[in-house]
Amino acid sequence: MSAFQAAIGHDREWPDRQHPVAHAAHGQVSKRIIVGYGFWIFLLSDIVMFSAFFASYAVLVGQTAGGPSGRELFDLRNTGIQTACLLLSTFACGLASIGVQTRRGSWFYGAMAATFMLGAAFVGLEAREFAGLVARGAGPTRSAFLSAFFTLVGCHGLHVTVGLLWLLTMMAQVFAKGYRADILRRMLCFSLFWHTLDIIWVALFTVVYLMGAGQ
Amino acid sequence: MLGKLTWDAIPFDQPIPMIASGVVALGILAMLGWVVIRGHLPYLWREWITSVDHKRIGVMYTLLAMVMLLRGFADALMMRMQQSIAFHSQGFLPPEHYDQIFSAHGTIMIFFVAMPFMIGLMNFVVPLQLGVRDVAFPTLNSVGFWLTATGALLVNISLVIGEFARNGWLPYPPLSELAYSPGVGVDYYLWSLEISGVGTLVAGINLVTTVLKVRTKGMNYLRMPMFCWTTLATNLLIVAAFPILTATLAMLLLDRYLGFHFFTNEAGGNVMMFVNLIWAWGHPEVYILVLPAFGIFSEVISTFSGKPLFGYRSMVAATMAICILSFMVWLHHFFTMGAGADVNAIFGIATMIIAVPTGVKVFNWLFTMYGGRIRFSVPVLWSIGFMVTFVLGGMTGVLMAVPPADFVLHNSLFLVAHFHNVIIGGVLFGAFAGYTYWFPKAFGFRLHEGLGRAAFWFWIIGFYVAFMPLYVLGLMGMTRRMQHYDVPDWRPWLLIAAVGAAIILAGIILQIVQLAVSIRRRDALRDETGDPWDGRSLEWATSSPPPAFNFAVLPHVEGGDAYWTMKQRARRQGNLGEEPNYTDIEMPRNSPTGFICAFFATFMGFALIWHIWWMVALSALGAYATFVVFAWRDRVEDIIPAEEVARIDRANRSARGEALVHMQATP
Repeated sequence: MSAFQAAIGHDREWPDRQHPVAHAAHGQVSKRIIVGYGFWIFLLSDIVMFSAFFASYAVLVGQTAGGPSGRELFDLRNTGIQTACLLLSTFACGLASIGVQTRRGSWFYGAMAATFMLGAAFVGLEAREFAGLVARGAGPTRSAFLSAFFTLVGCHGLHVTVGLLWLLTMMAQVFAKGYRADILRRMLCFSLFWHTLDIIWVALFTVVYLMGAGQ
Repeated sequence: MLGKLTWDAIPFDQPIPMIASGVVALGILAMLGWVVIRGHLPYLWREWITSVDHKRIGVMYTLLAMVMLLRGFADALMMRMQQSIAFHSQGFLPPEHYDQIFSAHGTIMIFFVAMPFMIGLMNFVVPLQLGVRDVAFPTLNSVGFWLTATGALLVNISLVIGEFARNGWLPYPPLSELAYSPGVGVDYYLWSLEISGVGTLVAGINLVTTVLKVRTKGMNYLRMPMFCWTTLATNLLIVAAFPILTATLAMLLLDRYLGFHFFTNEAGGNVMMFVNLIWAWGHPEVYILVLPAFGIFSEVISTFSGKPLFGYRSMVAATMAICILSFMVWLHHFFTMGAGADVNAIFGIATMIIAVPTGVKVFNWLFTMYGGRIRFSVPVLWSIGFMVTFVLGGMTGVLMAVPPADFVLHNSLFLVAHFHNVIIGGVLFGAFAGYTYWFPKAFGFRLHEGLGRAAFWFWIIGFYVAFMPLYVLGLMGMTRRMQHYDVPDWRPWLLIAAVGAAIILAGIILQIVQLAVSIRRRDALRDETGDPWDGRSLEWATSSPPPAFNFAVLPHVEGGDAYWTMKQRARRQGNLGEEPNYTDIEMPRNSPTGFICAFFATFMGFALIWHIWWMVALSALGAYATFVVFAWRDRVEDIIPAEEVARIDRANRSARGEALVHMQATP
């Protein structure tokens, strides 16, 4: 099987075909599909949660209470670098998925490490931005606008941070247990998660930073 | 060291909570002592606490709901007593205590009675109806249950340590903001709902995936029993609505803990945003509760009428229409808050439109019964009681959907009467119908029929006596949540309502007696065949209680009413068909992950409420470690050997075979 086939999902993991054993839950559908599907449903629910934060940001964006607005605060250069870090980290995450499918350890660990570094850089830049805002007296307690801004962006940052912890756990798990079927399924979920954070960031970058700086 | 927690948090000077919690604590200690001394602890740990079997988890959800029903009902009794004596007097409950009671009553009844009751029944029944062996994610299922139990535990801890919220079942700001509610009551509310909300979301994801992806061969969407359809709709609503609740409560938490300004009066906060967000979750929530009940009534009415469900496809369409429309009417919860006439008109009309699919359902149930040979067993009584009561409650709802009428009725006891009319008459009656209907499937014996009938009559008469006066009181101008009053005309109606609550109490006592009597006489009430009601769907195709693996061989479905078709064929042939070829079955291995995770979540919630930061960090670490340990385990499944499967299934087949012979002897 070529790396390409592996990457687009022609996986070799269908254990239920080989054993004459009746499995617990699934009558017809493979466990990989069930897990991926369930995780997609979770991601959709997560997107709904973000949409509540987006909605509250949209409601409160004008409520600066005499404090600074996005136009005065946002630094598009910093956010641009952040965006590049996150998108590249997702590319690296895709490479790691191929590494898993082709069982190439160096590829997998290298790509995962790159994903981690780029993700950590994203979180670091965001933390620096937040610290700078607080130092300028533009912290979340300053106005409703800033409360909504810190919550929306911070919630995404928190997701990335949790993702980094997950990433390290996945690397440790592959190291300790090898390419086991359940670990491959978790890797699938992790990469779905990481891609979803991109989708949310694209919306966030547009709605918060581009539209905010352009006002 | 312990944050805000001091000895002052325990209300030694207030006899009512101290006595109540003392009794509860003694009860729990006595129960634990009994379990430990009799040596039941290993059994409980092995077979229930660590179980990932959807049937066991479903039973535990239902049990949690029934225990919490007693707590919520005790609150209701206290409110009825207070209002019947607090005429020109303070009654026996001071305002700050009374306010906690109505807040706790609503919170508990919605989140820890109605929700776990419905999720428990769905968990128990749906995999059986779909003809499969478990839900999509068994261990996650256990995590979801235990997180719900954590939320319930935190609410009850607030009875002894600290206080509960005083702002009603939805914490409207600015009252719920730190400036106006400085105590820990709102924090108890928020953290218990954040934690149990995660549990509910997990259950929702699990059941959506189960219905959509885990079905037996031939179980097409349009062959699924109605209850599976309403489960799908309900859990889609959970997945789409609960994240909004999580986000909204998180914003309020940020306001309270870190001084944010989402809903404050100062710095540009927007109170109306809270009201909009909370009802964007809150209105779908009422359909999350009532849709499973609609499914239960569909099953019960079709089974006990001996007919397929009338208008199955229209029922599916109505269910999914309600699923979508439920997101489009949230503003009717606050017509009076100044959205303007045009907006109010649109939402008023949308609200009335939602009555159309509901009406379709009611007619379908009626036409199912029409021309059927109806057996008036207890589940049918609950269903008929529901149809009458719910239609009445629905009509008062349509009445309030007219914005000008709502301006008069808003926040009055008319509203309280309306939503109790639909929630008791719809959700609770549905839960009781389902409980009676599926009890023999869960435990292998039926509930006592006579006591069940008696409980039903006390409940329904008590309901009407308790809540019809509230409609009158609402029209007379009495607002909700009054600790005392001085209008003499209200008093007789409030006394009648208190009598109604006492009649309901008799109904609840009868239900407890029914359970005790049924357990004692279980041999006489035994369900030998697994099909005590002459059922139509696949849960009746296996023994009662079902084996851990549900079905020795996954059934092959060839049409709607799958088990009815199989049974008809067996009756025609005069035998059950050939014995199937048994194979080994792999079942998910039990895991304490859910319990341990909830253990840490309890400490984390408690520590967050009392600002004990080191304990928060420690608990978070513990929860993370639990998941890593779970992820690291090597054996995830146990194998049940084919011989064992054959032994269990042969016993059931012989019981069914005898029943078949018996049935043919008496045509």
